[in-house]
Amino acid sequence: MRKLLFESLFRRPFTEPAPLPDDAALSELAAAVGRAGRRRLGRSLSIREVDAGSCNGCELEIHALNNAYYDVERFGLRFVASPRHADVLMVTGPVTRNMREALERTYHATPNPKWVVAIGDCGRDGGCFAGSYAVVGGVSEVIPVDIHVPGCPPTPMAMLQGLLALLERVDAVTA
Amino acid sequence: MPSLTDLMLEGRKVEQHGPWPRAVVNASIWQFATGQLALGHWSLLGLWGEPGAVHMAMLDQRTADIAVISMDCPDRSYPSVGARHPPALRLERTVNDLFGLTAEGLPDPRRWLDHGSWGLRFPLGDRLDAPSKPAAYRFLAAEGDGLHQIAVGPVHAGIIEPGHFRFTASGETVVRLEQRLGYTHKGIEGLMTGASYERAVQLAGRVSGDSTVAYAYAFSRAAEAAIGLAVPDRAIWLRALLAELERLANHLGDIGAICNDASFTLLHAHCGVLRERVLRASNAAFGHRLLRDVIVPGGVTRDLDRDGSDAIRAALDTIRLRFPALIELYDNTASLQDRTVTTGALTPALASQYAAGGYVGRASGRSFDARRNLAYPPYGCLDFEVPVLNEGDVNARVWIRMREVEQSLSLIDQILQRLPAGPLGTHAGHIREAREGMAIVEGFRGDVLVWLRLRDGRVERCHLRDPSWFQWPLLEAVIENNIVADFPLCNKSFNCSYSGQDL
Repeated sequence: MRKLLFESLFRRPFTEPAPLPDDAALSELAAAVGRAGRRRLGRSLSIREVDAGSCNGCELEIHALNNAYYDVERFGLRFVASPRHADVLMVTGPVTRNMREALERTYHATPNPKWVVAIGDCGRDGGCFAGSYAVVGGVSEVIPVDIHVPGCPPTPMAMLQGLLALLERVDAVTA
Repeated sequence: MPSLTDLMLEGRKVEQHGPWPRAVVNASIWQFATGQLALGHWSLLGLWGEPGAVHMAMLDQRTADIAVISMDCPDRSYPSVGARHPPALRLERTVNDLFGLTAEGLPDPRRWLDHGSWGLRFPLGDRLDAPSKPAAYRFLAAEGDGLHQIAVGPVHAGIIEPGHFRFTASGETVVRLEQRLGYTHKGIEGLMTGASYERAVQLAGRVSGDSTVAYAYAFSRAAEAAIGLAVPDRAIWLRALLAELERLANHLGDIGAICNDASFTLLHAHCGVLRERVLRASNAAFGHRLLRDVIVPGGVTRDLDRDGSDAIRAALDTIRLRFPALIELYDNTASLQDRTVTTGALTPALASQYAAGGYVGRASGRSFDARRNLAYPPYGCLDFEVPVLNEGDVNARVWIRMREVEQSLSLIDQILQRLPAGPLGTHAGHIREAREGMAIVEGFRGDVLVWLRLRDGRVERCHLRDPSWFQWPLLEAVIENNIVADFPLCNKSFNCSYSGQDL
């Protein structure tokens, strides 16, 4: 283990700086999220993820936000275990009828001020599951949504962009 | 020991069902088959309904024979399989929830997917309005001095799918775990009915997000079996490439996540890096990080070019370089081994009774892998091993994944070397009459089964059976006498799908 840790000290971080266009965009975006986030919320924004019926695809990419390449924690964006600790609910899925009540209760358990980000095509309007007897529809059918991040699933980059857009919107409302 | 071939002769053979036979049987043959399942001669692969019939797929593991038997249910009932063969219990509760067909003698008649919030009952059968909520779900009792309950979910603490776990504990030790699932039920089989092939394969690819390749693969193979569609060689090989990339990404993610649940974050971080490399290579090669919507009936929608195969080779090189050190670290960290060795042990007897697929079965002595046992193309001409262990603990499930990562690396190499040239797909001609097909594909989690009936260019009925159906109940069994704090570890080592089981 010491060898592995030692190597990591001297190896370039995986969180690459700017050489490729993708990475440049990532750093730019990341810095912007950092600035806007700090202005509005000091140093941190706590996110509670709620799967309201998704296929788990969006969850996989939300996980990726935490890996060494995207590393959202460096900007103070942090996933928390309880809605009571959260500023933002990140909701995936078409909301199923079986999850509707749990989503409502999670929303009400989140202290104000709070924002909701609906993730994925299904989170917008139910996506390919819309119209099913078991599906309510998009997240906004059940709780107010501040921003949608489209995609099936959205890439980690698209989700960072979504968080940035949310922060700007929060600023505009409170300015 | 009777053979499935003999069983088929006892019923009325259904024409236009491929590649395995299906026969309509009477109640006594149905019960005879149930008895064979209970004796362990055959394994249950699936049990599903239609508005007026039930179907059951079985495997004879010695001969790799597979057969489907069906029973008409004019009086809306059939003899329970679950009463004598418990792996069928949740399947029969589901058949009742969706179709209103009752399993006579079913010891557990509680609803399973139907939580009383659909506003109706029997959505795929004769629908009934049901405006009011039913009484609260009754969890099974556990009695004794000083027992307490811990209710977890449906919203969990991590970034995972929703489900409810009801623990009864004595101090720190779990006495009983009962799962309640169904929260992510989206009614996919309902949406399938009447869908075009394009829409249906898209839906299949969204049953369980981590197995999108496996589901699209299984659906497509079932549709091709039904309508007799030949897939071009290049597409056959590209499908296997996609399947192995999916397996690689998931296993790498799981190995890290299991270690993370033992608070060993270093391995989680490093495995996360390797997983990301696979996802980025997948995106470079096929235009989607999770490889969605690439496999369709008749072939694949995207070709692999030189840049794509270079990206995959580069990712493979990185994994070959870095993964051995991670295996060594896992193996040599006593504090981690202390958490995984002997924890959550699944006995080979239970794994065999439930025909547990994937790493759950293979870590508990069940040597089954659809790629080898059913040898669907191109796996028959590829060289690979199926690792099997007998310990059945969390550690064994980690090791199976590690060995399978190595096998997938080798398989991808072989595929890239031998990838034939040629077209990517064939078009399905229009066939008016009903045709039925079935396919089993080895996903990273285990064998995914798809059964369908097509008619007039559309899906008439499609059933998709996730491997989790036969793994979730085993998680209830293995957690007994473990401490509550080891549940996340056991759960992650199973990594069952919620969405795949809830449908």
